Amino acid sequence: MAAVTAGSGAGSGAGGSPEATGGSTGGGGWRRPHGPLQRYYGPSTAEAAEAAPDPTDINGPHFDPEVFMTKVRSECPLGQLLAREAALGREIRALDSDMQTLLYENYNKFISATDTIRKMKVDFRHMEAEMDDLAANMAAISASSARVSAALQDRHRRGAQLAGVQALLRKLQALVEVPGRLRRWAGTEPARALRCHARARAVLRHYRHLPSFRAIEDESHAIMADLAQRLRTRLRCETLDPKELTECVEMLLQLEEPPEELSEEFLSQAGARLEAELAALEAELPAADPSGTATTPPPPASDILDFVDRGSSAFVGTLCQLAGSYRTLFGGDAGRLEPFAAALATRYFALLERRLALERGLGDTSLLVRALDRFHRRLRALLELLPAGADAAAALVARAARERVDRYLRALQTFFLGCLGDVRQALAAPRPPGKEGPGLPDLLATLAASVLGQLKAVLAYVQLFTARDVAFASLPYFKGEFCVTAVREGLVVAFVRWLCRTARGFADGPAERGAPAAPPALLLLLSRLCLDYENSTISYILTLTDEQFPPQDSGPAVTPGPALCAEARAAAQRLLDHYVQVQGAAVAQMLRKSVETRDWLGTVEPRNVRAVMKRVVEDITAIDVQVGQLFEEGVRRAQSSDSSRRAFSVYSSSRAPGRYAPSYTPSAPMDTHLLSNIQKLFSERIDIFSPVEFNKVSVLTGIIKISLKTLLECVRLRTLGRFGLQQVQVDGHYLQLYLWRFASDERVVQGLLDEVAASAAHRCLDPVPMEHSVVELICERG
Amino acid sequence: ARALTPQTAETDAIRFLVGTQSLRYDNQIHIIDFDDENNIINKNVLLHQVGEIWHISTSPADKGVLSTCYNKTSDTKVMTCAAVWRMPKELESGSHESPDDSSSNTQTLELLCHLDNTAHGNMACVMWEPMGDGKKIISLADNNILLWDLQESSSQAVLSSSAALEGKGQLKFTSGRWSPHHNCTQIATANDTTVRGWDTRSMRQIYCIENAHGQLVRDLDFNPNKQYYLASCGDDCKVKFWDTRNVTEPVKTLEEHSHWVWNVRYNHSHDQLILTGSSDSRVILSNMVSISSEPFGHMVDDDELSDQEDHHQEEKIKEPLQDSVIATYEEHEDSVYAVEWSSADPWLFASLSYDGRLVINRVPRALKYHILL
Repeated sequence: MAAVTAGSGAGSGAGGSPEATGGSTGGGGWRRPHGPLQRYYGPSTAEAAEAAPDPTDINGPHFDPEVFMTKVRSECPLGQLLAREAALGREIRALDSDMQTLLYENYNKFISATDTIRKMKVDFRHMEAEMDDLAANMAAISASSARVSAALQDRHRRGAQLAGVQALLRKLQALVEVPGRLRRWAGTEPARALRCHARARAVLRHYRHLPSFRAIEDESHAIMADLAQRLRTRLRCETLDPKELTECVEMLLQLEEPPEELSEEFLSQAGARLEAELAALEAELPAADPSGTATTPPPPASDILDFVDRGSSAFVGTLCQLAGSYRTLFGGDAGRLEPFAAALATRYFALLERRLALERGLGDTSLLVRALDRFHRRLRALLELLPAGADAAAALVARAARERVDRYLRALQTFFLGCLGDVRQALAAPRPPGKEGPGLPDLLATLAASVLGQLKAVLAYVQLFTARDVAFASLPYFKGEFCVTAVREGLVVAFVRWLCRTARGFADGPAERGAPAAPPALLLLLSRLCLDYENSTISYILTLTDEQFPPQDSGPAVTPGPALCAEARAAAQRLLDHYVQVQGAAVAQMLRKSVETRDWLGTVEPRNVRAVMKRVVEDITAIDVQVGQLFEEGVRRAQSSDSSRRAFSVYSSSRAPGRYAPSYTPSAPMDTHLLSNIQKLFSERIDIFSPVEFNKVSVLTGIIKISLKTLLECVRLRTLGRFGLQQVQVDGHYLQLYLWRFASDERVVQGLLDEVAASAAHRCLDPVPMEHSVVELICERG
Repeated sequence: ARALTPQTAETDAIRFLVGTQSLRYDNQIHIIDFDDENNIINKNVLLHQVGEIWHISTSPADKGVLSTCYNKTSDTKVMTCAAVWRMPKELESGSHESPDDSSSNTQTLELLCHLDNTAHGNMACVMWEPMGDGKKIISLADNNILLWDLQESSSQAVLSSSAALEGKGQLKFTSGRWSPHHNCTQIATANDTTVRGWDTRSMRQIYCIENAHGQLVRDLDFNPNKQYYLASCGDDCKVKFWDTRNVTEPVKTLEEHSHWVWNVRYNHSHDQLILTGSSDSRVILSNMVSISSEPFGHMVDDDELSDQEDHHQEEKIKEPLQDSVIATYEEHEDSVYAVEWSSADPWLFASLSYDGRLVINRVPRALKYHILL
């Protein structure tokens, strides 16, 4: 039972497995869960097992027959005991027999071993004698061998000497053959001849003091000189491609020709070749017109991309190749190469520039950009060689881009003028009765949309210049200055400015003599356009531009949006003022003629409103409609309750407001004059040709003011009869009836018409006014 | 009232003549004397009974002689005639009595001669030969230019030559000026939008500014110091300055008024000073240094100003003046139809408006000293 405690102790020591104590009574089963542990603890566990010897184990080392017997006797029944005894007896007998067999075998082997040892002893003795013999023989052999080698040594030395002589002779033979070979190869394979010569040269030089060698050397020299001569001739006369040229010069260098001279030759050869290529390129350009008369040149045969492609692959490629070979051939000495390359590159740039100048039309900008891109890329290889060219090339590209932008600006301007032309035509086109042409708002919308669309398209084109995949877009010029100066200022701002200027031109120009006046509707349209620009379009365009071409902080100052807006607003104001003046002048002219041509003294009693007044009202109504299409209504001054029906106060005492002159009587014409003067003191001064606001009412008020003031001044220049005065009275009332609703402040209309009436009364020989009811009757009838 | 003129032959006293316009009362010519030192205005009235006065001008040689264009009205017809008059002797040099009741004091003009215009139409204006002896006058009648010789102490006017403007439509001269240059052989006239120059010897047109203004040309004046320079004004609210040698473009354009400009006058001695009157009831005095006969920054050496203090003050603000409006006078309540510089004092001018108000103004002192020094 001690084993059980020990096992359980080991188990709990290993981590307290719960089954360890529980399974303590399970006979042989207790060991199994501890298998891994036992393996882990290894020898200690085995020792623990050995420490608990089982005296009943019949095979164990600690077997105690007494204990066993006691145990068996006490535990087993009789039958089992008998069986056990029998089994044990059988086992013991088997063991005995086994033991006997083993013993016998061991004995046999021992005997045979003794026999063998004995035999070996005899053999060794025999062998020892033979070994002595062998030693003696070997000594003899070595002695004789030494004798033989001593005898042969002399001969061997002589043989070696002979072999050396033979090799020397062969070399000599080769040297002798050198001239022949050189001669043979010089014609066909100069490179091989050169190699051959190079090999022989050192030897020949070394042995030149021997006459025969000198002869050989001289001969080969002669041949090589001849070869050099030939190579030079070739270099000079033939056109060689760059590779051949390089080879040729390389060989000449090996022939120890002076490198100075050679480099010069090389460059001149290369120059000739590059010249030829340039000439080929130039041939594509149309001949420069010496007289400068701009006959339109025929369109170039190939597009610009093709041209640049060819130029870069042919010219730039060759130049690079040649420059590279020059470097390898003549070392780092580029003193002569640089000016040479610079001169050629300059010519190439000039050619390219001429070609670019041919790109007159707008063509395909992407093509141009690609061409410039390729040019720039190809040139980069050359630039390592030619740092000065970088600036020139960048400048070229920048110029081309700038040129293109300028051209776009012009195209935009042309486009805008075209649009304007269309609008003018649309305005001028006679409209079939009953069928309305496109209204002014439509025209305006079309104009604005097409111009904006065109501008956007142009911006998109120009953006190609700064696209990320274009190599030159990363140049500082294109990042900064191009965006700001060229695109923003040069294109967008310039266009807007130009637009405003053009619009203003319509207002300023025709006022001078000669130029055909723009139709008033166009003035109105342009004014609205400029106003729209001021309100929204300019800021939109500028934002768009700044997005597409982000300006840099340190860039040159840009025109701020508000300045442009102010310009646009000024233009709009100018146009609208001009519109008012033109329309006012038209109406005024009509009134002036009507007053000047009439015989006011001899006229008959008025029966009707004069036709010209109806015409004036019609015209003003038409203008009202026209302006209303484009401009907002505007604010009207609140009407005073009595004024709308106020009649000609100076004539009818019953209706005259008593504010100013309570004691006023219609029979005293000088007093009416005085009255109007006093009234004027209290009323505001009216500016006739004053700037108007951007609304319909203001515009119409301006026109009406101009017209009525004209009427006033004209009436003052005439002398009227009684009926003339009455006619003026009727006309004035008619105008008042119809015009007040157009004006922002009807008091203006009223005031001016009162003055007209007062002046007419003053200019009348016989001032007898018409009954107001009659005036009203006539006006309502007319 | 529309007619205003300085008494051209008078060089000492500041005196203007104003003609009235009235259809129903007797018209008058008011002789306005302005006493500069006391700031007093004296008025003498002459009756002009033949009709309302549209234009008045005075002889450059004889203080007492003047001419008027007046309307003669019959029942069905208005005719504008012209006549040369002589005012009573005692009024020639002005009287310094305080004005009494004007009606009792009125005197009548003495008629010297009529300018017979029955064949030529309505008279628009009468011009005296500026430098002459008061013997030659030109009148514009409808489309005719008539040159008269006054004979026998102006008692008889003989038509010496005339020219007519031919063309489509009704051509009518609106105004004219006699150039003081070229020995007084040139005049300029305005009809509709056109300004024309004439040679009085041959009575031929020598230049023509077509469409000088967008609308009717109202008045003209010659620069007294630069012989080819001419100012014009008109219904397009503009005042334009022309070089008659190049009539395609105006030299300068002013756009200050807000209605028709009826009158433009160069100052007689300082031609940078331009006076304009307009029916917007304003009188504007402009300083056109850039096209005047005085060069920029010109300084007169003689220091006549005794007051040293003033001198110092003025020197501080002495800078080259730009073309600018010097002053806008808004005293008038009605359209201003006439402005005139005084013939005696170059710093003084009068303006007349429709309601009969005559306003006399001075050039601002600061500017005056600036020009003088």
